[in-house]
Amino acid sequence: MKHVKVYGPGCARCATTEQMIKDAAAKLGIQVEVEKVTDAKSIAMAGIMSTPGITVDGKLVHAGGLPDAAKLNGCLGT
Amino acid sequence: MTVETHDPALQRGAPDWAWYVGIPTVGVLLYLLYGQLIPISEWVTALFPVARDSHTGEAIAFFVYDVPKVLLLLTGIVFVTGVLRSWFSPEKSRAILAGKREILGYPLAALLGVLTPFCSCSSVPLFIGFVSAGIPLGVTFSFLIAGPMVGPVGLGLLYGLVGWKIATIYLVFGFTIATVAGFILGRMGLERYLQDWVRELNAGPGGDLPEERLTLVDRLKMGLEQVREIVGKVWIWVLVGIGIGAAIHGYVPQEMMLRIMGGEAWWSVPAAVVVGVPMYTNAAGVIPIVEALLGKGAALGTTLAFMMSVIALSLPEMIILKQVLTWRLIAIFIAVVAAGILATGFLFNALL
Repeated sequence: MKHVKVYGPGCARCATTEQMIKDAAAKLGIQVEVEKVTDAKSIAMAGIMSTPGITVDGKLVHAGGLPDAAKLNGCLGT
Repeated sequence: MTVETHDPALQRGAPDWAWYVGIPTVGVLLYLLYGQLIPISEWVTALFPVARDSHTGEAIAFFVYDVPKVLLLLTGIVFVTGVLRSWFSPEKSRAILAGKREILGYPLAALLGVLTPFCSCSSVPLFIGFVSAGIPLGVTFSFLIAGPMVGPVGLGLLYGLVGWKIATIYLVFGFTIATVAGFILGRMGLERYLQDWVRELNAGPGGDLPEERLTLVDRLKMGLEQVREIVGKVWIWVLVGIGIGAAIHGYVPQEMMLRIMGGEAWWSVPAAVVVGVPMYTNAAGVIPIVEALLGKGAALGTTLAFMMSVIALSLPEMIILKQVLTWRLIAIFIAVVAAGILATGFLFNALL
């Protein structure tokens, strides 16, 4: 089980990002638990300046804009 | 981070050569279409059962010419900007600004604010990221003001709709306001008006995201993604803005425009700011209105003041910033930027 967090104040892109992660996980056949973090303080504490940001098991893997599908598969798959 | 597990089935896409051929082809086709907009729009206008030179005819002609024109321009500019901006990131800008002497920081921050991609929903994390890395508050403000105020999208549309002279004036004064307002805010020592938790957050976070190597195709994809996202979001504002512009163009009598927004009426500059600040739209929505106002003889200073206050000071954005700034700081911020806009408006009305 991977713990993925999506950081963002809640704009449309953040919702799309969450869906992309779920889709990618389903295709790869791995279990993920996706948590959304919308609080500005928590976003800042995670070191994210451009949203949406993504952490996988606590490690920052992406910040700013929609993630690239191939990159997402890489982060989730390893 | 190294990406080792690439599942080929999951990353199918067009081969690289298709991008190198496809993008220029689409670009040329759109450019040719752009050149034919006048005959096309006249033909469409003639389909309506109204006289071409009536008020309604004028309004329809304005609308059917401006809608494809603005959408084509917007698509082109957003694409090019999206590709160019792939070389910049908030993280890089922060690293550049963190090491600079303060006085050099203001103009540099304004410049980076224009070049760095960030959407308004990212302005809070960006603000915190800058301040917590030790970048002075005033320099951070220069960055935040310049971003929306002199964005490439607004400049490109101004150039396409009202010409390069006004676009240049706007660029120079927008940049100056961002630099000077940041400097003034910086001199005021406003750190104590940040929300408490922001002041306490001092360890410079971040920096652990490794730099990515992007290919040209990656950058082109980022450009297209920007088009999908930005044009997909603002098109409705474009239609509303052009609708208002068309109504002004067709129905507002010239004498009335001169009385309200002409150079003689000194109060029109502050009035334009007061009307502009609560208006929530963006460059793409407001520039067609500006085009119609100028066409009807509105004074340049008044129109610039209106445009700047709509684009740079919008209430919803201030409410987003409320998470990190106290009301008092927001009020000071609005006052300083509005003063810069007023000065620009009065200056141009006096000069021209």
